[in-house]
Amino acid sequence: MTELTELGVKAIRDGVAAGDFTAREVAEAHNAAVAAAGELNAFIVTTPDHALAAAERVDADRAAGKQLGAMAGVPIGMKDLFATKGVQTTAASHILEGFTPEYESTVSQNLWNAGAGMLGKLNLDQFAMGSSNETSYFGNVISPWRHKDGGNADLAPGGSSGGSSAVVAARIAPAATGTDTGGSIRQPAAFTGICGIKPTYGRCSRWGVVAFASSLDQAGPMARSVEDCAVMLGAMAGFDPKDSTSLDLPVPEWEANLSADLRGKKVGIPKEYRMEGTDPEILESWERGKEWLRDAGAEVVDISLPHTKYALPAYYIIAPAEASSNLARYDGVRYGLRDLPDGAGLQDMYAATRAEGFGDEVKRRILIGTYVLSAGFYDAYYNQAQRVRTLIARDFEKAWAQCDVILAPTTPTAAFALGDKMDDPLAMYLNDVFAVPASLAGLPAMSVPAMLNGDGLPLGLQLIGKAFDEQGVLNAGLAIQQRAGFDAKPEKWW
Amino acid sequence: MSVDQTTVAKIASLARIKMSEDELARMAPELSQILDWVEQLGEVDTSQVEPMTAVIPNTLRLRDDVIDADPLTGGDKRDAVLANAPAAEHGFFGVPKVIE
Amino acid sequence: MSTYRIQGATGEWEVVIGLEVHAQVTSNAKLFSGASTAFGAEPNTQVSLIDAAMPGMLPVPNRECIRQAVRTGMAIEATINAWSRFDRKNYFYADLPQGYQISQLYHPLVGEGSLTIEADEKAGIPQDKVIGIERIHVEQDAGKLMHDQHPTMSYVDLNRCGVALMEIVSRPDMRSPAEAGAYVRKLRTILRYVGSCDGNMEEGSMRADVNVSVRRPGEEFGTRTETKNVNSVRFVMQTIEHEARRQVDLIEDGGTVVQETRLFDPNTGTTRSMRSKEDAHDYRYFPDPDLLPLELDDAFLEECRASLPELPDAKRRRYVEELGLSDYNAAVLTAEVETFARFETLLAETAKRLGKSEKDAATQVANWSLSVAPGVMNALGDEANPAHATAEAQAAILQMQAAGEISGGQAKEIFEIVLRTGREPAEIAETEGLKQQSDTGAIEAEIDKVLAANADKVEEYRGGKDKLFGFFVGQTMKAMQGKANPAVVNELLKAKLG
Repeated sequence: MTELTELGVKAIRDGVAAGDFTAREVAEAHNAAVAAAGELNAFIVTTPDHALAAAERVDADRAAGKQLGAMAGVPIGMKDLFATKGVQTTAASHILEGFTPEYESTVSQNLWNAGAGMLGKLNLDQFAMGSSNETSYFGNVISPWRHKDGGNADLAPGGSSGGSSAVVAARIAPAATGTDTGGSIRQPAAFTGICGIKPTYGRCSRWGVVAFASSLDQAGPMARSVEDCAVMLGAMAGFDPKDSTSLDLPVPEWEANLSADLRGKKVGIPKEYRMEGTDPEILESWERGKEWLRDAGAEVVDISLPHTKYALPAYYIIAPAEASSNLARYDGVRYGLRDLPDGAGLQDMYAATRAEGFGDEVKRRILIGTYVLSAGFYDAYYNQAQRVRTLIARDFEKAWAQCDVILAPTTPTAAFALGDKMDDPLAMYLNDVFAVPASLAGLPAMSVPAMLNGDGLPLGLQLIGKAFDEQGVLNAGLAIQQRAGFDAKPEKWW
Repeated sequence: MSVDQTTVAKIASLARIKMSEDELARMAPELSQILDWVEQLGEVDTSQVEPMTAVIPNTLRLRDDVIDADPLTGGDKRDAVLANAPAAEHGFFGVPKVIE
Repeated sequence: MSTYRIQGATGEWEVVIGLEVHAQVTSNAKLFSGASTAFGAEPNTQVSLIDAAMPGMLPVPNRECIRQAVRTGMAIEATINAWSRFDRKNYFYADLPQGYQISQLYHPLVGEGSLTIEADEKAGIPQDKVIGIERIHVEQDAGKLMHDQHPTMSYVDLNRCGVALMEIVSRPDMRSPAEAGAYVRKLRTILRYVGSCDGNMEEGSMRADVNVSVRRPGEEFGTRTETKNVNSVRFVMQTIEHEARRQVDLIEDGGTVVQETRLFDPNTGTTRSMRSKEDAHDYRYFPDPDLLPLELDDAFLEECRASLPELPDAKRRRYVEELGLSDYNAAVLTAEVETFARFETLLAETAKRLGKSEKDAATQVANWSLSVAPGVMNALGDEANPAHATAEAQAAILQMQAAGEISGGQAKEIFEIVLRTGREPAEIAETEGLKQQSDTGAIEAEIDKVLAANADKVEEYRGGKDKLFGFFVGQTMKAMQGKANPAVVNELLKAKLG
């Protein structure tokens, strides 16, 4: 029998259902892998008992002949941005250290209802702000990947869902939740050779997910195959009356309707994504992607998304503005850290608590957000950015007249070394240049591994679909997956 | 637009983040760099465009006026509300004394 | 035109007043959560995870709160914005867990409207005056801080946090404390008619931010101050008086008025500056990204309109024009919901029993409701059980009186017993002998005696001293121990005196 930790979501679920192994065996195998992977620093807390308890329920249900859920017996990692009842939830921040929610996020509850269990809470960039997982209060996550000949330099697993990408790539968890505000699922997936999909804005409830930028935040799955993403997204998604922006639509049968036959489909290639300075190997992977999709029957057409270059600056106004307000609740009054210097009044306590509790990147974004919303600047910055956002969404609308799905690189480079960009916030932001436009337009988008570069590091391809058309994205992703034959995995060193 | 240290100090105070002179000195050029970069949005002619309101066409749903219909969004859960409080006494949250 | 003026050392000053009234929307649950809005609960028991701003919590608006604000807007004949938005007003305070208040700045639910305050000569309001209302928007209330429970801490109770408020913003159209008082009272009446706010200022259901400036009559507006959270009509008027005087004195002493937030102290009747709020003016409003634009469809708006009751001005007009009541009676009867509700029920019941139209019964019922019944009630004090004052009982009394079976005095006596005991009026009249004599034979006999005993006065009367008629009526009534029907007495006396 293959090692259980090599199996994906669907294989585990089907194997448990068929009686090839028990859910408990699966949970134990993964708990052991978690325990052995401390060096990756991927977990903030581990929850082996949660995984075991969920597994035992599945095994008991199976024995009782009950219908098993879509994720029955699958232990997963939970990004520590999702509130989990009775389990510390920190958003990788000091200010929420020790915070133990009395509630469960809708998405995590949906997963437990579908039979999944939790291996632990995954490390991330603090409040999901970062692209390398270097802003966590609990330390960097180390990518399981290493340069082929580049020595032992620690690489970034991407961010903000860096714990998620690391454990899935390292075969510690078959899948993990991620959240994507401006690329936080797709960029780490690309950096670590796995799949990750951000669905249409509103598919997954935001209730119980620590907010970064409300109009952009979307949860999604990260797993090692397109099929596994389809299965897990189906379990995560669904209408939630507790979230005003939740889509009141039935969840499509993504898994059942997967098809790599793209005959009759048109794939758009946006010329503006061919940016100066993009790594030639990235461009090569893009070329290969086109060939694979043609091979699957699709017609490849050139399209234009003229406002692409403005997406990132617009994002860096809108997201910090929303964040500056969303993070105002961390004030040391009702939960989390309180820093009360001697003789301090209420407002001093706020300032001290927030100074102590937030990391540099979070502070930077709160300050930018506060600045762009402050008196006299609102129109010039925030409103202008939201107008540009309308234009970016319109670009995509126009593109859909010419194509069904868009193919682009996920990132401009392969994974960089930890520390490489920490001194230059702007350079770090630019890593999300290809991911952000789809976020601003609320569109479903996925990263699928395409190839290894010359350094032996994974490169991902991005598929962007029409609103509500996750199926089109998954199907194109499946076509690439089948043709890319990507089966590289990091050598175990931890 | 460049921001000087005084401006950053003002913004930090508005955001209730205490910052030392050193931090302000470090933050000012970083923020300036980012703000200079986002300035390019000014190039875009948006005179005919409305700001984005809903990224995906969707209407705001309203809830029924029912108390505690869903325990997750209802009241009557003082223990849960106070469970993580750094200072809670007699059913209240405690904060340093406020002089109004 | 108001003639209210502040007499300064250098001449006369006019005061300019605008009010922002915060009215708690009547609803079971809060604006964005399912927690109860009931007044007076144990601290933090009516707080949801949303109200406490736990991480990841999201607001979903309460339909009833929106509906009530729309109905209120319709009641002041305002523009209803079928497309509106919620914005965040960002500031840090311990009663504001989110660090922002969800409000509406850029696109309020209700636009321009107005209400009319009635002429009141005594109060210096010579004629009806229309006061403009700029907007009504919906927003969250904050929690409450208690400062006196602990030596070094303030305590925070979030029960009120997230309760829906309507902020009703007037134009700076008022020119005297009396006009402002009349405006608040009229607004409260409208809110109570509509049922969108209980108007209970003691429990904080209604409070006003009072904007005051002064100017030389006819000149440009001066700099205004805003006195926050004034919670009674009387205090609103005191605030204006004090603030106007303070500003005049300040200007006349060579100072300038600073635009600032002030606080009213009910103990001294004065205002003082709230310096603590001074640095909080940059609220960084922006659209709440957790909430989509609020779009109201025609069916919703139609239901709001259809469910509106007859409003105070219309009702008052109808009382005068259709029921024939005096302006004064109409004004008093329509001032409060409870008053007109009781009146209309009693009127309907009485008219039914009398077989008359409501118009024909209205004056009698109005007099009863406004003077007779309250007089009896007040005289009884605690001995009266108001629950016994049913429309049926009162209508039965009015019916007996109209039929001449009982006198006005007997009506009061019977009502008194009703209030004490809840017994049936007809049974009381019978058992207690509270009926008047309409038997012409008995009355005639007494009249004959009276006339015989006062032959000299009869002569004088016949000689043209008409005033004596009252004397004969009195003597007859006295002889009948007050139980004769005065109409019958009059009629018989006239006949006999020829």
